[in-house]
Amino acid sequence: MKKRLLTGFLTLLVPALVLAGEYDLTVDRVRIDTGDFVKEGIGYNGKSPGPVMRFKEGENVKINVTNNLDEMTSIHWHGLILPFEQDGVPGISFPGIKPGETFTYEFPIVQAGTYWFHSHSGFQEPDGAFGAIVIEPEGREPFRYDREYVVQLTDKHHHSGDRIMRNLKMMPDYYNRQQQTVGEFFSDASKNGLMNTIQDWMAWGDMRMMKADVEDVQGFTGMINGMGPEQNWTGLFEPGERIRLRFINSSAMTYFDVRIPGLDMTVVQADGNNVQPVNVDEFRIGVAETYDVIVRPKDAQAYTIFAESMGRSGYARATLAPEEGMAASVPPMRDAPRLTMADMSGMPGMDHGDMDHGDMTAQGDMDHSNMSDMDHSAMMEGGSDPFYAEGSGIAPAAANGGKFLSYADLKAQKPLYEVREPTREIELRLTGNMERYTWSINGVKYEDADPIRLKYGERVRFKFVNETMMTHPMHLHGMWSILDVGAGEWNPIKHTVSVQPGTTVYMETEVDAPGQWAFHCHLSYHAAAGMFRKVIVEGGPDTTQAKADVATEEGGDA
Amino acid sequence: MSRIRTFMAVSLLGPLLLPGAAAAQEMIADTSARKQALTSWGVQFEELEYRYSDNDEELGVWNADFFYGTDDLKVRWLTKGEYAIEEQAYEGLENQLVGQIPISDFFDAKAGVRFDTPEGPDRTYAVLGVAGLAPQWFEIDANLYVSDEGDTSAELDAEYELLLTNYWILSATLDATVAFSEDQEIGVGKGLVSTETGLRLSYDLIDRAFSPYVGVVHERKYGDTADLARVSGGSTEDWFAVVGARLTF
Repeated sequence: MKKRLLTGFLTLLVPALVLAGEYDLTVDRVRIDTGDFVKEGIGYNGKSPGPVMRFKEGENVKINVTNNLDEMTSIHWHGLILPFEQDGVPGISFPGIKPGETFTYEFPIVQAGTYWFHSHSGFQEPDGAFGAIVIEPEGREPFRYDREYVVQLTDKHHHSGDRIMRNLKMMPDYYNRQQQTVGEFFSDASKNGLMNTIQDWMAWGDMRMMKADVEDVQGFTGMINGMGPEQNWTGLFEPGERIRLRFINSSAMTYFDVRIPGLDMTVVQADGNNVQPVNVDEFRIGVAETYDVIVRPKDAQAYTIFAESMGRSGYARATLAPEEGMAASVPPMRDAPRLTMADMSGMPGMDHGDMDHGDMTAQGDMDHSNMSDMDHSAMMEGGSDPFYAEGSGIAPAAANGGKFLSYADLKAQKPLYEVREPTREIELRLTGNMERYTWSINGVKYEDADPIRLKYGERVRFKFVNETMMTHPMHLHGMWSILDVGAGEWNPIKHTVSVQPGTTVYMETEVDAPGQWAFHCHLSYHAAAGMFRKVIVEGGPDTTQAKADVATEEGGDA
Repeated sequence: MSRIRTFMAVSLLGPLLLPGAAAAQEMIADTSARKQALTSWGVQFEELEYRYSDNDEELGVWNADFFYGTDDLKVRWLTKGEYAIEEQAYEGLENQLVGQIPISDFFDAKAGVRFDTPEGPDRTYAVLGVAGLAPQWFEIDANLYVSDEGDTSAELDAEYELLLTNYWILSATLDATVAFSEDQEIGVGKGLVSTETGLRLSYDLIDRAFSPYVGVVHERKYGDTADLARVSGGSTEDWFAVVGARLTF
């Protein structure tokens, strides 16, 4: 069952037989050039993104992290299973790394796949403090490839993280430049009739919610491996080769819809865990998620990797080509989506009884008409993604009308755990107030919350109920999130689970890691504004137990 | 957490423990400030403008708001002024210092003091008000004032922004004052005192930090207040052309 972890501990006991690698990372002020603008940021070993850390499964790693900043820092190894003191969350795992100090992380590598690392201090991560992790497995991989590239996405902004947070607190729509305008009112009216449009606008106005609230922070330049669209990061290939692309979304706030026009992609891994291969034309990568895909370009031509943001306010672009300097065309971005009443259905007080049925139908018509014709037909063919509210305005559709990856398509290649009944369920309502830019869990911000207490050895079923109109990528540190896609033992194993507005998503966790862990929405400014919890795992086999501070409630009621 | 400029908490921890070593029994000192309420601050000049009236009067006008605080408590300094350029005198000068707390999803309550120090007699008021976002996107700010002379008045401020595009914004403002008793010394009569209505077309030139605008403003005095103005030779109704900028930082 917990074979991997056990192996990890065994390797600790037999140091003589074990690989041991020592690595050095410095945390530095760096210059980030996006092609659109140049900005000072934070990086590792002198650049952002930092180096790709390559480990081997079964290896014991020692990583010396030297802080060259004039502020505290930390590194979190996102998705790695390790002792909690090595997890790198200041105030939860360890005190943090002081300016000038070198801190040595030391832990066994008990897994394989694509992961990433980033600072967990302040807004250093949005400011550029992240890098990729590639772990080679001990055994053979269930898929073949001739070449591999890390494709690390980010949403680089010309404002610093602190500044963005402050602006959002002052004016939540500060960065939203896709709001509904007078022009849109008239085009709605000509499509759907004046009365319908007035009713629709009034309904949203009553709620004081914006259909355009798809992306909090616009105005970024999408980047791949530290290069903006103009700089065009290029990966080389020989025609006929299989290329493994390790997509990592290291954005602060941005979901990307990724496609490579002219190439089918086979998804073979999600969040570092192998999945049964699924062929797609396009996929949406949530903040902090990773997807490994295999592509096989047959022709000696350039292909564009195109990642447009979910809100269509920016894009990242790179190229796969047989030789440097070749480029394929960059597709235009599609129309900005609009939320629908379906996306608001999770909101308390959203009483559908308020609206007569005719109204709802009008809404439905209206929202389809906002899409371009191409999207419309795709929606019709593609069917709906069960992980989005029915009639959602942000449900994705492939640009070419083909297959768009859904969570429902993800099946574990090999189950990591035996299936068993969960010992209990914990409901976590994802809550917030856009106007105040406060984000919370069960209506309570982190600053006011008790920790969630779990017992070592239990299997907890988390029920996420998204009562906001935004998508939240929920990340539990230290333990796997077994996402319930209805596939039983073949449910995929992830570290970050996106919960769409107006939906309920379940994940289960085998509580097999003693200590204390962070659990939060991975949108930087949501986590900072309160959508964050400490999880305490009590008990366990060894002595690395967190001291239980005064227990107030059974966990989950934080 | 907005400012993780290290609160250099004294680290009680010795060297960090390696897995399998002794138990991490003491709680870790949280130097991340995550558990502390997020504090933020901001400055907004809703109006910073030059006004030219239909009878050739020239004014410099500002209306600004400085805030600092958390979700649970903010301190606001609101400052308003009307400076007559020719007379080199403040026709109006008002400063408020209020504390503000949330009372509902969209509204805050505020309480504090207001100091009026224009040309002429000064007044100090106690302030009690609500501010927030009403349905259909009306920004509302309603206040009750009690002066040191014992006079009571109320003021309603409403603003609506119409997005012509995401950068061209037409904003309509209405500011109305009602007095429940007369304060002749400062020219306030009982009943509806005055209204100021404005229409401004702005363009977000730099981000949302600097948005120049042009507009038109209409000021009118009513009833007893208008009578008092006539007696002192002032005007009861003015139209202004305005040019200025909205600032946010």
